[in-house]
Amino acid sequence: MAAPIVEAHGLTKRFGKVEALAGLDLVAHSGQVVAVLGPNGAGKTTFVRTIATLVRPDGGSLRVDGIDVARHPERVRRIIGLAGQYAAVEEAMSGRENLGMVARLFGHDRRASRANTDAVLEQLGLTDAADRLVRTYSGGMRRRLDLGASLVGAPRLLLLDEPTTGLDPRSRMDLWDAIRRLVAHGTDVLLTTQYLDEADQLASQVVIIDHGRVIAEGTPGELKSRAGRDVIDVHAHRADDLGAVGDALAPIGTAPPRLDPATRRVTVPVVGGRRTINDAVRALDLLGVEVDDIALRRPTLDEVFLVLTGAPIEAASDDSDVPDPHAAAVAAGAA
Amino acid sequence: MTVTTLDPPATALSPAIAPAPTPAGPLTTAWSVALRTVRKFRRTPQLVLIGTIQGAMFLLIFRYVFGGAINPGPVPYVDFLVPGFVVTSVLFAGTGTAAGVAEDVEHGFFDRLRSLPVSRGALLAGRTLADTGVLAWGLAITTAIGFAIGFSIHGSVAMALAAFGLCVVYGFAVTWLFVWIGLVAGNAQAAQGMSLLVFPLTFVSSAYVPVDSMPGWMQPIAENQPITAMTNAVRSLALGDPSLAGLSGTTAHWVVLSLLWSAGLVLVFAPLAVARYRRS
Repeated sequence: MAAPIVEAHGLTKRFGKVEALAGLDLVAHSGQVVAVLGPNGAGKTTFVRTIATLVRPDGGSLRVDGIDVARHPERVRRIIGLAGQYAAVEEAMSGRENLGMVARLFGHDRRASRANTDAVLEQLGLTDAADRLVRTYSGGMRRRLDLGASLVGAPRLLLLDEPTTGLDPRSRMDLWDAIRRLVAHGTDVLLTTQYLDEADQLASQVVIIDHGRVIAEGTPGELKSRAGRDVIDVHAHRADDLGAVGDALAPIGTAPPRLDPATRRVTVPVVGGRRTINDAVRALDLLGVEVDDIALRRPTLDEVFLVLTGAPIEAASDDSDVPDPHAAAVAAGAA
Repeated sequence: MTVTTLDPPATALSPAIAPAPTPAGPLTTAWSVALRTVRKFRRTPQLVLIGTIQGAMFLLIFRYVFGGAINPGPVPYVDFLVPGFVVTSVLFAGTGTAAGVAEDVEHGFFDRLRSLPVSRGALLAGRTLADTGVLAWGLAITTAIGFAIGFSIHGSVAMALAAFGLCVVYGFAVTWLFVWIGLVAGNAQAAQGMSLLVFPLTFVSSAYVPVDSMPGWMQPIAENQPITAMTNAVRSLALGDPSLAGLSGTTAHWVVLSLLWSAGLVLVFAPLAVARYRRS
C-alpha cells in the first residue's frame, strides 16, 4: 500500500509559552480531501506551515508521501503547493506574470511555464483577466489566482490554509467549485477551516483539532453520529414563547434545550427519531404556541464540536496561531 | 478494451500540466524574483516620483539653506555636497527596501516563495540585486539633479564613473543590511522605524559638513564609520584630488577603505539575512 500522503506522529511545536502543537497525530491517505477544523489558535496554521517546511517542529515525526520532512525538506517542497491565508500574489504584476514566475521557480522552461499558466488560468476562470494587473482584481479573484500559483507546479499535495476566510458567499462558492474540480483531477488536498459547512462541503475526512491536538476525526457523517443524537429544531413565531417551548420540549430531549432568541429557535437533542417529533408536535399543540417550523435533523458540525469540546466553536479564543504574547495570556486565562 | 497506461495516473490538475523534472537553479531563481521587484518598481509610479521628489527636496535644502553657512575650503559647497549626498541617498533608498521586504513577510509572499523547491539564498540574492538595480537608477537621478544645481566634477570622467560604480557597490552592501532589517521587523512600519535609527550616522559623518568642524569628542566617531569612508572615496574621485576635499591620504586609500567597509557589511548582514530567511 502506498505511503499516506500525510503522516504525523506526536508533533509538537512551542512558540514561547504557547503550545501550538501538543502531540498531534494525523494520518491522511491519498485520494481524500482532508479538512482540519478548529477554532482560531487551535494550531491549524502551525500544522500546515510545518507540512510546508516553513516551521520546524520541536518533536515528533512528519512524513509527506513517505518523505521525512525534517530530513528532506527540499524534496517535500517539490510535491506540495501552498495557498495561505493571504493572497500571496504580486499586485503590480498581471495574473499571467504571477503564475509564470512561480512556474519558472518550479523549474518549468519558458514554454512549459506558458502552457501551465494558460491551463491554470483557464481552470480557475481567470483567462479574461489574465493580462490585467492584480491590483485591479477583486478579493475572490486574488484568492483564485493565489490558488493557481500553488497549482502551476502540479503538486501532489495541495495545502490550503483557510482558503475562503474573508470572502463573500459567492466567491466562496466559486472557490469551492475550483477546489472540487482539482480533487476530481486527483490532486490530494489538505485544507484548514473554521467554517464547519466548508469542511462538510469539501472534505471526506474531517479532523477536529483544539489546543494543538486532534480531538476527533472521521467522515462528516461519522462525526455527526459520534455526537450520537438527532436534533429537533423548532422555530417559534414569537420570541416571547421561547421559554414555554423549551419547557415543553425538555421532557423529550436527552439534554436541556438550547434557546436562541436571535433566531427564535429552540433545539433539543433527542433519541428515537420520528416518534419523538410526534411527541414534540403534540406537546407544542397542547401548549398552544404558534410555530413557524419544526424539523428533525442530524446535528451540524457546530453541535458536534460542542459535544466534543464542551464549548461552542464561536466562544474559542479569537487569536490566530502566530506566536504572540497576548495569545499566551488569553490561553492561560482560558485554561 | 486494453489498458495502455502503466504509469501511475498523473495527479496533476489537468493533462496539460506535469511536474517539472527539476526545480529552478539559483540563477533562474534569482532572475525570476529580481524581475518581479523591477516590475513592481516600474509599475508603481508614485514610488518613483516620491523618491525623486524627496531626494531633490533635501538636496535643494542642503545646497541653498545650509550651504551658505558651511565653508568646506577650496571648492564650492555644491561640489563638496553632491558626492556626500549621493552616498547618503543610498540609506534613504534602503528604507524602501526594508519596508518592501517586511511587507512581503507580512503578506505571506515570502511564505509562498519559501515553500517552493528553490534555494532560499538565491531568492534573497535576487531580491538584493534587483533592489541594487533600482537604487542605481535613483542614484543616477540624484546625480543628475546635482549637476542641474551647479555641481561639477574636477577630475576625469573615468574617475567620476568609478565614483558612481563605487556607490552602487556600496549600495549592494547596504541593501543586505536593510533586507535583514525588513526580515527582522516583520511589518512595514516597524521596518521604517528601525531604518531611521541609521540616520544619525549620515549626519555624524563627512557627508554634509567637514568633520573638523565638529566638536573634538565627536570627530573620532565621524571619522571611523562607513559613510565617512564612502563619502571620502566618492568625493576624492569626483574632485580628482583628496586635498580639494580637505582630506589627507590618497584617493586609492579612501577607495580601498570604502571597499573594505562594503565587504564587511556584506559579510555580516548577508549571512544574517539568509539565516533569518531560512529559519523555520
